Amino acid sequence: MSGAPAVRRPYYRRMGRWWQRDPFFRRYMWREATALAVLAYALVLTLGIVCLALGEAAWQVWLAALRSPASLALHAALLAAMVLHTKTWFEIMPKTMPMIFVGERRLAATTITRCGWAAAAIATLALLALAAGWRP
Amino acid sequence: MSSGTSPPARSHAPIFWLLFGAGGMLSALFGPALVFITGIAAPLGIVIPHDLLSYPRVLALSQHWAGKSLLFVIVALFAWHAAHRLLHSLHDLGLRIGPATRLLCYGSASLLTLVSAAGLLALGF
Repeated sequence: MSGAPAVRRPYYRRMGRWWQRDPFFRRYMWREATALAVLAYALVLTLGIVCLALGEAAWQVWLAALRSPASLALHAALLAAMVLHTKTWFEIMPKTMPMIFVGERRLAATTITRCGWAAAAIATLALLALAAGWRP
Repeated sequence: MSSGTSPPARSHAPIFWLLFGAGGMLSALFGPALVFITGIAAPLGIVIPHDLLSYPRVLALSQHWAGKSLLFVIVALFAWHAAHRLLHSLHDLGLRIGPATRLLCYGSASLLTLVSAAGLLALGF
């Protein structure tokens, strides 16, 4: 034994690109990456709130920025990511929520997923209708 | 003291998971429509009235208590959902979660929360 104190460095296994091994892993990474789009959209809205608080001139700058081709391309990507988030969020919901029993039988995972998708479709249509000027 | 063991320290993890879940649900339900309305339909002038995002209308929305709360909840929950998910994705990429990665993720969400709250409060009621 040596006299030096045994300072152990923990061993960290190198990760590499493990998600490229399997399509399931790739889908998982795309699913998690939708958080980037959610964060980016929160930033866009925060900038909008700041511009609104600064006055009408600043608000027009924000609106003009939204009309730029770069912004439209960004929002097309954000929309695709949001749709993927909606799809996958309700696909994993049966695993993340407590089990539901109807009588003796456990509620099927596909039922929960489809109910989530239906709720999202209704929410989307309601929001679009409200924005388009429809009033209940 | 009747017992030699102290009670276990309370974890703050459930708070972050709750914000993650609430933000994930809100963005799953309304995210696509919101992005389409503000980022595509309004700039291109399709589907929705052209004055939907006009200064007086959005100002009125932001000065109403309900509209103000709605805007704050959307921004804050979206930010905290994303921060929590990205923190765990950094782990998946091989980065060790520590004070620096926590500061980066939760700090970004805190910043967006504080800036949006300040802006909305400055807009008045």
